[in-house]
Amino acid sequence: MSQIFHDADVDRKHRAKWWTSRVLIYGALIFWAVICLFPIYWTVTTSFKIAPDVMKGNLIPWVDYTPQWKGWRSLGLSPETIFETSTVREEFVKRFTNSVITSVSASTLAVILGSLAAYGLSRFSYRFGFMRNSDISFFFLSQMILPPVVLALPFLVLYKELALLDSRIGLILLYTLMVLPIVIWIMRDQFAGIPVELEEAALVDGLGIWGAFFQIVLPIALPGMVAAFILSLVLCWNEYFFAALLTSTDAKTLPVMVASQTGSQGINWWSMAALSAAAILPLVVVAIFLEKYIIKGMAAGAVK
Amino acid sequence: MSSEGDLLHTVTTEHISATRIRTGRAMVWGAAGLFVLLATLQGFHEFERISFGFETWRPVLYAYLIWATALCAAQVIMRGEQGKRTLFVLPAVLFVVSLVVFPLLFGLYISFTDWNLASFDGKKFNGLDNLRQMWADDFYWNALKNMVYYVLAISVEYVIAFGLALLLNAQIRARKFFRVVFLLPLMLSPVAVSWMIGKSMLEVRFGPIARLSRELGWDSPSFFGSPEIARFMIMAMDAWTFIPFMMIMLLAGLQALPKEVMEASKVDGANAWQTFREVIFPLMLPVSVTAVVIRIIFKLKLADIIINVTSGGPGGATDSVTSFIFREYRDRSNVGYGTLLAMVYLVLIVIFITVLLKTVSRWMERPQ
Repeated sequence: MSQIFHDADVDRKHRAKWWTSRVLIYGALIFWAVICLFPIYWTVTTSFKIAPDVMKGNLIPWVDYTPQWKGWRSLGLSPETIFETSTVREEFVKRFTNSVITSVSASTLAVILGSLAAYGLSRFSYRFGFMRNSDISFFFLSQMILPPVVLALPFLVLYKELALLDSRIGLILLYTLMVLPIVIWIMRDQFAGIPVELEEAALVDGLGIWGAFFQIVLPIALPGMVAAFILSLVLCWNEYFFAALLTSTDAKTLPVMVASQTGSQGINWWSMAALSAAAILPLVVVAIFLEKYIIKGMAAGAVK
Repeated sequence: MSSEGDLLHTVTTEHISATRIRTGRAMVWGAAGLFVLLATLQGFHEFERISFGFETWRPVLYAYLIWATALCAAQVIMRGEQGKRTLFVLPAVLFVVSLVVFPLLFGLYISFTDWNLASFDGKKFNGLDNLRQMWADDFYWNALKNMVYYVLAISVEYVIAFGLALLLNAQIRARKFFRVVFLLPLMLSPVAVSWMIGKSMLEVRFGPIARLSRELGWDSPSFFGSPEIARFMIMAMDAWTFIPFMMIMLLAGLQALPKEVMEASKVDGANAWQTFREVIFPLMLPVSVTAVVIRIIFKLKLADIIINVTSGGPGGATDSVTSFIFREYRDRSNVGYGTLLAMVYLVLIVIFITVLLKTVSRWMERPQ
């Protein structure tokens, strides 16, 4: 036993400390990961259960119970029923389409309006009456404080008069309004990071200010715009309050459909689980593949 | 409008002819005239002074859109290069003004009427009756009190979010995996969450959490029976969805911290806790304040989970202002009174946020 190098007592103590800190860190990480994932796991597995499995509290598929397509069949989305006509599926697809159309159009509109405004505010100084740039920015951002409930009832009455109640356009307008301050907040930060010299060079080369914006600035700011778009998409997709108040048959979105099913189903958990799983699935996919942009968007305003 | 102080200077020697200016003016005023004409017409039709009119106010909306477009186009026609600048901001301003300021004024008018959509009498101005009713409405005050509890719960959320951000910022493997997983709850719609957790996992007979608490010795778990536990459950569900939000802002702050300062504190022999308390936390204060303020703003809108899980119960213990007004409309169609409650809430929020921001900025400027 002729060991040439061996740890001094001080180092050994250090190593033990290092190991405990590792164990603690990973323990905490895994603990929180379980908290985050278990509800999703529970929903997805429950959609493959039948009544006795629910009542016995079986948790692990193939070990505790055999997965069945029951929940998905009730939605008309299981392998046997997918090619047959199903009224529930039609209803679901209709709500799903509504959600897609409203959230995508509202986010697009908000990104267009918001980017233009943010660019203008970051490059030129305006004066509308007493309002200067900082006041205009504040006016936009202060919309974030406005609780939806303040606008909901006036809009209900107004939309009734304008025949916009229960229409997708009505919802799109409101959703755009809802996410516009967030888009402006993110994009202002993005444009501030782009050096003005680039546009000055473009102007010297004979482009107008709009030409410089579209050809020079826009390509550079594109990642930021994608981030703002994704964040808006998430907010609009999940919006429930306005949709519950302002839509009834035609323009109803997915969250309203999920909410309207919760009360009536009783212990019919498998179909509710399938519905919830189908409703959250698109955003889970978005989160996994576009996580970079979501984080970029949310971090934009935090660090100045 | 002046061009002094622009970050991006443009030099134009454009001459705008008198005809162009006249065309621009004519467009704006013409469209405005059309809008006013249609609006008056429809107004008279509504009050049954004249029989001629449209079914709905939709044509008036179209006239407004034409006017807005004309206003934008006229900027360029009348003012050339200057107008092109205005065109960046003008659409957004018009959009927000027409969708916020006008409905707010309209809401202010509604809130002093006894308008009930279920009654056939129509609306009638009733002065301060709604305010008096609000003063005596215990449920509204109760909902406001609950909002205070909900906002205070943010302090706990902040501590957890900060802890998670520190964990993600540590030297770990599979960082991307954990980041995605921790982000997931934020992606889920509150309505789905209220079924997934509130209605199924917390279900008393078969829910996994009820089962677990029976294992742990709570014989008859009930999560929405007593006011305190129900409120706590709502807070927990809301925290579950929104902790990732604060976590990511704080993580961005941590990653932007200057490395030199951390190394300096290590050289000076500070242990982990001292580094955190003396270096990281003070440096993170601005980011923390931003995250907490934005979180408070979001929290004040809390409603979806409450509407779907408890609808305010038991006995109004979990009611937020928004969910209370939602039910006031849903159950009683009481538009007038509901709008007044919302307006009062808005005033309270504006006061609260202003005081908060003032206090915070004064406190941050104070020499440490």
